[in-house]
Amino acid sequence: MTPQLSTQLNSPVVRQIEAIAIKSTAGPMNRNRTAQVSAPPLGLREARLPRPAATEFPNSAAPRPTAGKPKLRLATDDPLWLRLLLTTITIVFLSLFLLVPLAAVFTESLRKGFDAYLQSFRDPAALAAIKLTLLTSAISVPINLVFGVAAAWAIAKFDFWGKSLLTSLIDLPFAVSPVVSGLIFVLLFGAHGWFGPWLAAHDIQIVFAVPGIVLATMFITFPFVARELIPLMQEQGSEEEQAAVSLGAGGWQIFRRVTLPNIRWALLYGVILCNARAMGEFGAVSVVSGHIRGKTNTMPLHVEILYNEYNFVAAFAVASLLALLALLTLALKSLVEWRLKRQLDEASRLQNET
Amino acid sequence: MATSLKKYSVLPGFGLSLGYTVLYLSLLVLVPLSALFARASGLTWEQFWGTVANPRVLASYRLTFGAAFAGATINAVFGFIVAWTLVRYRFPGKKLVDAMVDLPFALPTAVSGIALTAIYSSNGWIGQYLEPLGIKVAYTPIGVTIALTFIGLPFVVRTLEPALQDLDRESEEAAAILGASRWQTFRRVIVPSVVPALLTGFALSLARGIGEYGSVVFISGNMPMKTEISSLLIVTRLEQYDTAGATAIAVVMLCASFVLLFAINMLQWWHTQRARGGA
Repeated sequence: MTPQLSTQLNSPVVRQIEAIAIKSTAGPMNRNRTAQVSAPPLGLREARLPRPAATEFPNSAAPRPTAGKPKLRLATDDPLWLRLLLTTITIVFLSLFLLVPLAAVFTESLRKGFDAYLQSFRDPAALAAIKLTLLTSAISVPINLVFGVAAAWAIAKFDFWGKSLLTSLIDLPFAVSPVVSGLIFVLLFGAHGWFGPWLAAHDIQIVFAVPGIVLATMFITFPFVARELIPLMQEQGSEEEQAAVSLGAGGWQIFRRVTLPNIRWALLYGVILCNARAMGEFGAVSVVSGHIRGKTNTMPLHVEILYNEYNFVAAFAVASLLALLALLTLALKSLVEWRLKRQLDEASRLQNET
Repeated sequence: MATSLKKYSVLPGFGLSLGYTVLYLSLLVLVPLSALFARASGLTWEQFWGTVANPRVLASYRLTFGAAFAGATINAVFGFIVAWTLVRYRFPGKKLVDAMVDLPFALPTAVSGIALTAIYSSNGWIGQYLEPLGIKVAYTPIGVTIALTFIGLPFVVRTLEPALQDLDRESEEAAAILGASRWQTFRRVIVPSVVPALLTGFALSLARGIGEYGSVVFISGNMPMKTEISSLLIVTRLEQYDTAGATAIAVVMLCASFVLLFAINMLQWWHTQRARGGA
């Protein structure tokens, strides 16, 4: 026995924890060993020694002891059968609920072969839908990006009256269901809406046209960037910016040289989420679009029309593009999340030091 | 006057950033939302009540809230298991599984809708095995529940994960030293400290389910009185140029979401209070 381990085993707490761990794993496969442990003539220490069990306690979240040492199972670890059971449930449940639908999109779109798949994108209406989706997100994402930065700057860097109210109001669009989000723009700009007669008189169409789609998308994606930035910027505080002011930096210089490098990953994260939602929004856009083929159909709406026409291959083909977008979003998101976590840890570490 | 409401700061740009934020928020969010309530207040009580308490509308509430509740409950159970597995265990492919959990957030709802319908229809991958057992999923309330479960899953998992990570191992160890079995520790130590997070995740999943439209309309079949959700009813009313009816139902749905939002905020407040008290 190495000296290090013997001191470990002699510590009373370890001994007790271990005793409990042995007790709770006393399933059929461990019974022999338990008997051995509790055999009276042997001293505790000798009894424990022949317990290498390298394969019996794998997978614990605690750091693995290096090879050669007997392994202890912590009292906070679950027994092997439970770990296997829960991991199996997790994987089966997620596969059934998440992977199978995703796989179905691609399988259905390729049902009639790759040529039929490509043929779906030669339809001018599909191309128009792709263009409109790109246009919508190209307008709404930058606008919400600027808003998010402004809102986060005001909320995180200053103390003012009504700040918490403002923060909750920014989250409001998350509480409004997509269909209701579309409806409010119909109530404002529709033929019988508040501004309807005026708009009709000036020959401006908002609802059932592209501006309505963009407005509804902006409303739905409104909080995404702001809500990623606000907590991070609050955590980071404003000492660095104050230092920049004292060194004579102007407002734009401070933002570009000090704040932006600090928030770039959160900003990117917000933009990724915002873009995914902007391109994929269905309910709100469906209410304001008017469904004019080739004119006011975004990709999700085009999927719906094709599906309702029983043109399944084409519907799933367009859907597969959106699914690819979703996968790309997830990949980018995981990557940025990892960078962001590092930055947050850094920020809280700095704050703890000061 | 305006400066007295704000603490002094040397940083520039307060007026510009706050002014822009408030202006944009008002134009895009507050004014349109108030239009809804203004329009609803223009209705007479009989008109309003006649719409929102109509049997077809009542049936849609029952389906929407019932299916959302069932979905959120399924998510609370399986979401707990998923979150527990992701936080506590190590297994090959864990990173991938972790990233997958967010799929319902990232996948456009219309895509999830047609994909779920394809799987659960009577000749679909899963539907063909359920049909002989007498279980019809697509175009029934079960289908609606499945769609809402799909949509709400990430909310429970992502709310529970940080709470499970923050559990201090010491209290679990203490419980073990005091002779508690793993199950006793789970029930008496772990569950009570993650209940606020679990309830928050449940409420978020419920709130999302109540408002959901895209993923449900395909799988539900949209039969009046049977598989018609409230969001769809709003759309139907609007397509029949019955703006007043659409507004009335929308106000009811919006109030329900606000009540839930308020409950979620209270839960989160409870959650942070408890976290502070424990630290």
